This record gives sequence, structure tokens and C-alpha cells, in this order.
Amino acid sequence: MPANHHYVPHPVSEDARSALLAELAAILPAEALRVDEEDTRPYECDGLTAYRQLPLAVALPADEAQVVAVLKACHRHCVPVVARGAGTGLSGGATPVTDGVVLSLAKFMRIIEIDAAARTARVQPGVRNLAISEAAAPYGLYYAPDPSSQLACTIGGNVAENSGGVHCLKYGLTVHNVLALRVALIDGAVLDIGTAAPDAPGYDLLALLIGSEGMLGVVLEATVKLTPKPQMAQVVMASFADVVHAADAVAAIIAAGIIPAGLEMMDREATAAVEDFVHAGYDLQAAAILLAESDGTPAEVAAEIAAMCALLEKAGASQLRISRDEAERLKFWAGRKAAFPAVGRITPDYLCMDGTIPRKHLARVLTRIAELSREYGLRCANVFHAGDGNLHPLIMFDANVPDELRCATEFGGRILELSVEVGGTITGEHGVGIEKVRQMCVQFSADELAAFHALKAAFDPQRLLNPGKAVPTPRHCSEYRLTGSARGLPPA
Amino acid sequence: MNDLTSDFIARLHGAAGPLRIRGGGSKDFYGNALEGEIVDTRDHAGIIAYEPTELVVTARAGTPLAELEAALAEHGQMLAFEPPYFGAGPAAETSTATIGGAVAAGLSGPRRAAAGAVRDYVLGVKLLDGEGHVLRFGGQVMKNVAGYDVSRLIAGSLGTLGLILDVSLKVLPRPAAAATLRFDLAQAEALATMNQWGGKPLPISASAWHDGMLTVRLSGAAAGVAEAAARLGGETLDDAAAARFWAALRDQRAAFFAGAEPLWRLALPTTAAPADLPGATLIEWGGGQRWLRSGAPAAQIRAVAAKLGGHATLFRGGDKSAGVFHPLPPALAALNARVRRALDAKGVFATGRR
Ligand SMILES: Cc1cc2nc3c(=O)[nH]c(=O)nc-3n(C[C@H](O)[C@H](O)[C@H](O)COP(=O)(O)OP(=O)(O)OC[C@H]3O[C@@H](n4cnc5c(N)ncnc54)[C@H](O)[C@@H]3O)c2cc1C
Repeated sequence: MPANHHYVPHPVSEDARSALLAELAAILPAEALRVDEEDTRPYECDGLTAYRQLPLAVALPADEAQVVAVLKACHRHCVPVVARGAGTGLSGGATPVTDGVVLSLAKFMRIIEIDAAARTARVQPGVRNLAISEAAAPYGLYYAPDPSSQLACTIGGNVAENSGGVHCLKYGLTVHNVLALRVALIDGAVLDIGTAAPDAPGYDLLALLIGSEGMLGVVLEATVKLTPKPQMAQVVMASFADVVHAADAVAAIIAAGIIPAGLEMMDREATAAVEDFVHAGYDLQAAAILLAESDGTPAEVAAEIAAMCALLEKAGASQLRISRDEAERLKFWAGRKAAFPAVGRITPDYLCMDGTIPRKHLARVLTRIAELSREYGLRCANVFHAGDGNLHPLIMFDANVPDELRCATEFGGRILELSVEVGGTITGEHGVGIEKVRQMCVQFSADELAAFHALKAAFDPQRLLNPGKAVPTPRHCSEYRLTGSARGLPPA
Repeated sequence: MNDLTSDFIARLHGAAGPLRIRGGGSKDFYGNALEGEIVDTRDHAGIIAYEPTELVVTARAGTPLAELEAALAEHGQMLAFEPPYFGAGPAAETSTATIGGAVAAGLSGPRRAAAGAVRDYVLGVKLLDGEGHVLRFGGQVMKNVAGYDVSRLIAGSLGTLGLILDVSLKVLPRPAAAATLRFDLAQAEALATMNQWGGKPLPISASAWHDGMLTVRLSGAAAGVAEAAARLGGETLDDAAAARFWAALRDQRAAFFAGAEPLWRLALPTTAAPADLPGATLIEWGGGQRWLRSGAPAAQIRAVAAKLGGHATLFRGGDKSAGVFHPLPPALAALNARVRRALDAKGVFATGRR
């Protein structure tokens, strides 16, 4: 499916195209500029593989001067630019745009500095999330946000999406763990935003940039906070005969004043897929399982695990298993972290939804998802960051079956609308990208969207950075509304 | 419980010059010179929603901070960023701080280094922009990346981007236990010690160094606090004295803050060496926030702060004519100005306070 269905591309003339390509060829060595289809094909999509688009070219600069030169050239010729990290994004954020240049930060893999005393790391944008923790490990430190894709995804992508992980309830999201960014704007201006010192002067532009989906600037460097590694951690796995009791258990733990290091839920459809794949030892009889982690000193962990076990039992857990050692704890988490690929193994294609809801509505939302699953005749597994209300329904389908992609997309759209209806949001951590741009019209009013466009214009008045993503134009929203619904796919 | 949105809109449309948004005025001293006609938010008050198990509270901007914190305390919860009240503190009849003001000022208290700043807890805002549009950004859930994160941008904007009507904040359980320890240490040793401890998984929730004495607060589960207290040693303060100490620090009622000498706030990397500047110093946030009472020229103080990797704000008193905030490099200043205009094209909130 073409990616840019709602996006009217900047008209790029044949002359501008060839002039730009000639300039790029002068800036970059031959291996760092890809224009032939066989070379650009690997960049045609991100983790949302249903949408594909070949770019005009892929640039792989190796230093800041090259990035700036590429941006300036594109800016001069009014050619759109899409920054790209590892391409693991799930909303089409890194999907190329028609006649646009993909700016890959893959060569920016250097960890510039680990300052153990200050507990900070300064890294280039293409550094993988896990590589930061690995480099910090000798100092007893780590980088806390741990998306399940952390082996592959880059810090630049994490910043752009404000990525989370299974430990974010206690340790925060990307926005809570990034102290400063070095950013290039589309016109090539390079700015340092934020500082290693607290509360940088001026408006909190760092907050604005984090989660901006590569639409405001290109991250050239990030200074992140490192966290001391707790002495130990332990996880309880609790089985429940229905999701309502599991949700009650989550509320009971929070009400007791406990903020677990991790608090995750999976339904049976998810555990079954995972168990086949990683053999994590999940209880396949349970309608839902909860993973609740405690970290700290041995005495702290013992006390908190005991308290959580009591609460879980009281909420109706049918079985409790406490990790006996570090290997078992990692095994329990390995299953959760492999949930997406595990589902990917049992279905030709899947869509991963990302709504966040007030937790009290979990039972209602899951019941409705089950109904929709029957209505559309598509299976759906649910993985849930239970502590912070972020729900990942994984809708399974086969793109080769006529109409299934459309059905899956419509099903997903209805889940997102439901999330908004119960007071939540269409995306907790994966971003809007291309995928949820229609539902933005459900979540935001025309005035609110206009404010987003005005902010975008403050950074990128010609709308060249990742155009057509994340923020729909008012005109598109009225079209969606006119056609009766903001959901589903547009006519081809 | 009052909703004054329509009154505010009328004020906006009738405004002849810039409007200065004001809650209780507890932070009138802060920021650049005050300009504009006052829009008082205090009657736009009340907690709209509070569900302890969701860890979220939503309140109107004029809600007294003391009222909000009391409601949270009833459920064993708190605003973890410990926003300052100033004046005589929360208990006083005269306490005027509002939650809208606390968010707009963007100031955080002693727990900041451990728990994060105001902006880290802002989940959503309902904002009145300069045109009179009511805009909602963020929401009442913990994770939300739909649209740019305008709600965090509003924290610390000092009323120059829009009028906060309501704000939703993440709240946290109050720690089960706390202990306060004291150590005799010179400034450089205290900084080294705080950085060393900061790299260990210790439940340090606040620190303050002044005049040869380092005071450290531990908070968390009872077992962890007891273990850490035993490990760190030092002299233990009794609970009442400790509570008084941290409250006085949070609201700047400690003796250090008295008097007319200009009060500077240096925000530095925690590992920065002691600032070579004349005047008394009080250090918080493990070295990240350093208060200085000094009549030294602004240029000198700013140069030293910048050299140490941070910035300096003229927090209270002194001569504001050169601007209280650390000047931004020109390109960043221009971007800030464009962002301001993006949300307030007509300059209704252009009071110059930020
Ligand atoms: C199996 C799997 C599990 C996942 N689990 C999680 C999870 O637990 N939590 C979570 O939050 N996400 C998760 N994700 C989603 C994804 O990994 C994250 O969004 C990640 O941050 C994307 O990083 P990336 O380097 O792959 O970025 P890309 O996909 O390459 O790009 C993502 C966005 O970032 C922009 N971008 C990239 N680099 C830069 C830069 N230097 N400057 C400016 N913009 C840039 C792109 O333009 C794009 O908009 C998962 C994905 C998969 C496939």
C-alpha cells in the first residue's frame, strides 16, 4: 500500500531532483548515497510493513557536517527529509515520503562519553538503546527506558517517539531520562537544547522535541541520564481466571502505595503465542497473567514481594510464582519482551495498537475488543503495560487475503477511538506516524491541530521534515468526517 | 468549584494590552519585571478528578496548592516534585500558592534530583490561548505521545504562552519511611560525596549542604531506608526537626534565604567544582542547584556558571534590568520567540516575564 495516502507531496520538479542528487553526490561518498531501487528498497518501510514507499534517495552521512550539508541541500530544493534510525518504529514514522530523501543516522554509532560520576552518557543518535546500558554496566549504571526492541532501536528513534518500556512506571519514559539534545533544524542550523544542568533557561523545548516524530529537527547527539543498578530484582508471576480480577489486582497494588519496577499483563492469546516461541514458563490455563517486579536491596525486595503476593492473592490470583534466581527472572521477562515477534510467528501479518486508557476501564475495553475481534473475524492478542494503562492489542491478519488489511485497520481504528472515548489516547509510545493520523482528528479539535501546525512552523515553516506524518491538516479531518468516519483506510 | 473560562475569554477579547496571569502571587518576585493587567485565576478553582489508583489528579488552575496536597495526603499520595509555596508555607493562613502558578513557574523542591521536576509530572493541560480558544493537550493518562507535548512545554512558561485552565498531574505514593542524616563536610568533599552516593542505588530523596554541613534525606520502604541509614552513618535528625528542616528549605524560610542580598540560583552539572564567586552558598539536588547570596555583577556570576557547564538566574532581589534569566544563544532565543508566537500570535500574554 502506498504510504502517503493523505499527503499531498511537495511538487519536486525533475530539475530540482537532478540538481539535488548532484549536490548530494558532492557531499557524500558514493557508498553513502543510495538512489537505485535495489539499494533504496530496504528503506521502503519501518516496522509497520503494510505501508511502503520508495524514496528519491537514501543518504547515509557519517558526521555532523555531512548531515548539515544534506539538510541544507534538501531545504534549498524544497525536498522533504525523513530521518531514520533502525526502522523498528511501529507507526510508519520512518516510512519514506514520495520524492523525499531518507536521512539515515545508522553511521552515528559512537558512545561519545560515559561520565560515571555525573551519571550521564553522551551518545550519537544511531547508538542502540541497549548499547548504552552495556557501556554503562561497568560503572553499576544503566539507561532505564527499555523498549522491547532495545537490541535494535536507536536512541534517536527513542527520542522521536518518546519510547517507553516495561520499567517505565517507576523509572520514566524517554522524556524523563534525556537531559540534552543536539539538533539540526531543516535549514541546517544546529542547536543545543537542554543541558546536563537542571532546568535549562528558555522554554522547555526539550519536551517539545521528545516525541515529535522527527518532524521538528534531526537529533545529532543525546545526553541521557544513567541510573544506578538496583542490588537485585525479583518478579512475581500471577495467574488470573479473568482479566477483571487481574485489573483489580493492579489497582490494589497501586492503592497500597507500591510502585512496582514493572507491572505487565498478557492475555491468553498472547501467552500462548509466547510460550510456543520462548518457553518462558507461562501459565497457559490463565485468562491473563500479571508480571509484577520489585527491585532494591534484598530486604526491600523481600518485603515488597511479600506485600504484592498478599494483594495478588486477595484479588483472586489462582497461582503465584516468584522468580527463584536472576536467570528465571530474565526468562519471565523474555517472554513478555518477545510478545510481538511471537505473535508475528503465528500470523502472516499483525497490526500493533498502542492506546492508553485509564486503567479502571480495562475490563470494558477488553470486552469490547473481544466483541470487535468476533465482528471482524480477526484474532487479537493483548499485551498491556498495566501499570500505566498502555494497551497493545495485536490484531492478526493476512494481507494476502482480500480485504483483510482493510478490516484489520478498521478494527484497530475502532480500538483507538474507544481509547479516546474512555478518556485515553490513541498512542502511548509508538507515535502517530502514518498509521494513526486519522484518529488524530478524533482526539484533537481543529484549533488544537492548528496549534500543532503553528509549532511545527516555528521549526520548519516549509514542512519539509517528515511531512504528512503525525498531524493531519484540518482539511483532511473534515474529509474524514464527511466520509462518515475517521477510521479505516482511504479509498485507493 | 467554579469554572471561569467564559470570564477569561471575555477578558482576553477586551484586553487593551498584555495580560498578566496571576494566582495567589506567591511567586510575584520571580521572573522579569511584571507587566500587564492582572487576570486573577483564584476563583477558577477546584479539584475536578482525583483517582488515587490511577495516580492522576486534575485540578483547576486556581486551586490552592495546600488544598490539593491535603487531598492527596488523605490517600497517602503527594506531588513528588515538591513545588515550593514560599511565604509562610502551606500551613499558614496566608498561603496563597495555586497549582496553576506552581506549574507555570516550573519550580521544583528538594526531591527534584531524585524524583524529577514539575514538567516530569505534567500529564495534560487545558489551555486558553491568546485567541480565546480552549485547547487540550496531553490527557489524564500516564503515557501519551499523540501530538507535540505542549503540556510539558507550558511548565515553567510563566504565563507567557497561554492561560492554564486545568492541569492533570501524575501523583505518587508518599514513601513509607524517611530518615534525615547529617555530616560535617566542606563544600568540595560534600559535592564529591553526593556524586559518589548518587551513583549507588541508595534511596536519597533530598540533600542540602550549607556552611560545612551536609544534610541528606532518605525515603522509601522501611527496610531500604534503615539499611541505607546504617550504611551512610552520620548523625540522625529526629523526625519533627527533619520535617521542619526540609519544609523550610522547600519554601525558602531557612535563615540562609533571609535578608536583602540578591539571591542567585546556579543550575550546574552535579559534578561541577565549587563556584569561585563571592557570597554564601547553599547546595541542593546533589550539586545540581546552588544558591548564592551575592552582590557580584551579573556578568561575573553568569560567566562562572556558564564555564561550569550551567546557567544562573537572578532568583530574588537585585537589579533585574539585565534580565533575570541566563541569556540564550541568538539562534535558540529566536526559536523560543517563534514558539511563543506560535501559541500566542497576538502577543496577549507577552508580558516579557520569561
Ligand atoms: C518488536 C518490537 C518491539 C517494540 N517494543 C517497543 C516498546 O516496548 N516500547 C516502545 O516505546 N516502542 C517499542 N517498539 C517501537 C520502536 O522500537 C520504537 O518506536 C523505537 O524508538 C524506534 O526506534 P528506531 O531507531 O527503530 O527508529 P525509526 O523507526 O527508524 O524511526 C522512528 C521515528 O524516529 C524518527 N527518527 C529516527 N532517528 C531520528 C533522529 N536522529 N532525529 C530525529 N528523528 C529521528 C524517524 O523519522 C521516525 O519518525 C517496538 C518495535 C518492535 C518492532
